[in-house]
Amino acid sequence: MPKFEPVLLANVGKPNSHTLKVYEGQGGYRALKKVLAESTPSGFLEAVKSTNLRGRGGAGFPTGLKWSFLPKDHLGPIYMCINADESEPGTFNNRILMEEDPHQILEGVILSCFATRATTAYIYIRYEYPLSYDRMHSAIDECYAAGYLGKKILGRDFSLDIFMHRGAAAYICGEETGLIESLEGKRAWPRIKPPFPAVEGVFHKPTVVNNIETVCCVTQIAARGVEWFKSIGVPSDPKNPRDPGSYGPKLYCLSGHVNKPGCYEAPLGITCRQLIDEFGGGVWKGRKAKAAIPGGISMGLLTEAEFDTPLDFSGPGKVGCLGLGTAAVVVLDETVSIVDFLHNSCRFFAHESCGQCTPCREGTAWSLSMLERIKAGRGRLRDLDLLLEIGDTIGIMPGTTICGLADGAAWPIKNAIRKFRAEFEGYIKRTNPRGYMMTDAVEALPVVGAH
Amino acid sequence: MATADRILTDEMIAAIEAYFPRYPTRQAVTLPALHVVNERLRYVPLEAVVEIGELLGLAPAEVQDTLSFYGFFKQDKPHGETRAWVCRSISCALRGGEEILDHLCHVAGVRPGQTTADGKLTIEFAECLGACDYAPCMLAGKALLKNLTKESADEFLAEVKRGASANGKKS
Ligand SMILES: Cc1cc2nc3c(=O)[nH]c(=O)nc-3n(C[C@H](O)[C@H](O)[C@H](O)COP(=O)(O)O)c2cc1C
Ligand code: SF4
Ligand code: FES
Repeated sequence: MPKFEPVLLANVGKPNSHTLKVYEGQGGYRALKKVLAESTPSGFLEAVKSTNLRGRGGAGFPTGLKWSFLPKDHLGPIYMCINADESEPGTFNNRILMEEDPHQILEGVILSCFATRATTAYIYIRYEYPLSYDRMHSAIDECYAAGYLGKKILGRDFSLDIFMHRGAAAYICGEETGLIESLEGKRAWPRIKPPFPAVEGVFHKPTVVNNIETVCCVTQIAARGVEWFKSIGVPSDPKNPRDPGSYGPKLYCLSGHVNKPGCYEAPLGITCRQLIDEFGGGVWKGRKAKAAIPGGISMGLLTEAEFDTPLDFSGPGKVGCLGLGTAAVVVLDETVSIVDFLHNSCRFFAHESCGQCTPCREGTAWSLSMLERIKAGRGRLRDLDLLLEIGDTIGIMPGTTICGLADGAAWPIKNAIRKFRAEFEGYIKRTNPRGYMMTDAVEALPVVGAH
Repeated sequence: MATADRILTDEMIAAIEAYFPRYPTRQAVTLPALHVVNERLRYVPLEAVVEIGELLGLAPAEVQDTLSFYGFFKQDKPHGETRAWVCRSISCALRGGEEILDHLCHVAGVRPGQTTADGKLTIEFAECLGACDYAPCMLAGKALLKNLTKESADEFLAEVKRGASANGKKS
């Protein structure tokens, strides 16, 4: 692989990279000026569509295609919601972009609104990002002063306002319709789709929801062109006409048991092993890896033997993971108990389930109760089958829930137990020598440590 | 209503009203309004919920419905001068985050969600703070405390106790 120069992270780490002056000094907002002067909304939308850019927020839906679902000739307003709720465990690239390069984001938001004819954009940011909030806020103020926002932007018949909107520490606000409900001032209960947001989103109007990193890709596409974007990453599979491919650069977040945790930019398709060895400086303390989360905890687990899996949109799925997700890789070294891993995962989802759908609310709560009991030395082999039954039946894939949180809860259960069953069985037999074969109903232990 | 009978000050009301032009509905100002109150009072008592409802043209129950969805806003009494969120999610847990949370709670003599008797500190567990590159970490007020150890956690507690914590102060 030829050496790849970071693009999305090019400004990160430079002094005052968050200011308009430095951003413009690096050529910032030139792409916006060019597009506004030379292109039309539909022309630019078609350009983005032809790159096959796929959303970076987790679902990987093609961005230009999503934009094209907006009704034509709508009287408006059309809304843009930028998803900066970033709460998937292991993921922190949006934070780095907002803290260090807010103008790259805003240029992308303005371009995306130009293409979609949106006249108001809300940036929904999680409350736990105070520095990001301040930096984005100042950058927006700078844009108004410079004429990049407001009425008649750069003399064109195009007006746009951008507002920051803060969440209140709930993971489900990252789900796009949970975000919309929360923005409207309601409980963040995801909506049943259809209607999709493009048809009826926030305030009953057509709405686009895009991730922070996605709009940064839009900025770079405007600056460098369609050909450039398509020269990076993994082309679509010629045998599968519906595969949009995995084009462009990607921000990989690496954490857990590696020597150099951090956010690294690489072409889509780098393998998990390359990421750990070439960027992360290998597994810490000279140890071996046992497993890794491929793209945020919702995606499940890769075993060490699966580390050569390419981290593109179709790679992790081929080894039984949910998908690429947020491309946040968390490395577990050989000393980690897989029981502890799954307990941590189940606790997260039990805490974050919004409670609307019975399979998700009960499934996540009971899986945590079972893991608590297993950890306390009262597990039974039968519990593994009960857990798998939960894992196989909750989610939008089996068709039992409203949103994908339940799938994200299910995958770590399925992957951990199916890929590490012997370790679970060994743990249960060792810690519960007299009761591990029991099959009758048992009471759950009270869950400790939850609010 | 006379100012003395209200819990929302004129300043808070002005801060809330400044959000109105941003949204096509008043209800959308619910979360911003809750934050305005919470950042000043460190909690959102029921009286404030009623007054926010009046401002936004909503029934108190509608505001309370939204508020109660987020485990974020305390209602019975204010949180401590510093509110510290200690991450317990996977990347932090792999590097000792849960032990840091236990240690902080043990030394401060509280359980997660509780406030020290002197009212200086509330310790909360957090799910992933989006700073896994600095695991284990916590957010104390507006300050992200990175790569925590028991020693740095003790230093943090000492600073909070002295009341000198620049870390902890909410804006
Ligand atoms: C439970 C859940 C949580 C999510 N959290 C986020 C998030 O924090 N940030 C994000 O961009 N997308 C998140 N998503 C995906 C969004 O629903 C949506 O697909 C995305 O924001 C669209 O933007 P994109 O196409 O640019 O990726 C989440 C999805 C689910 C099911
Ligand atoms: S799947 Fe879970 S998180 Fe999603 S809407 Fe249903 S209960 Fe809520
Ligand atoms: S897991 Fe602790 S900050 Fe992400």
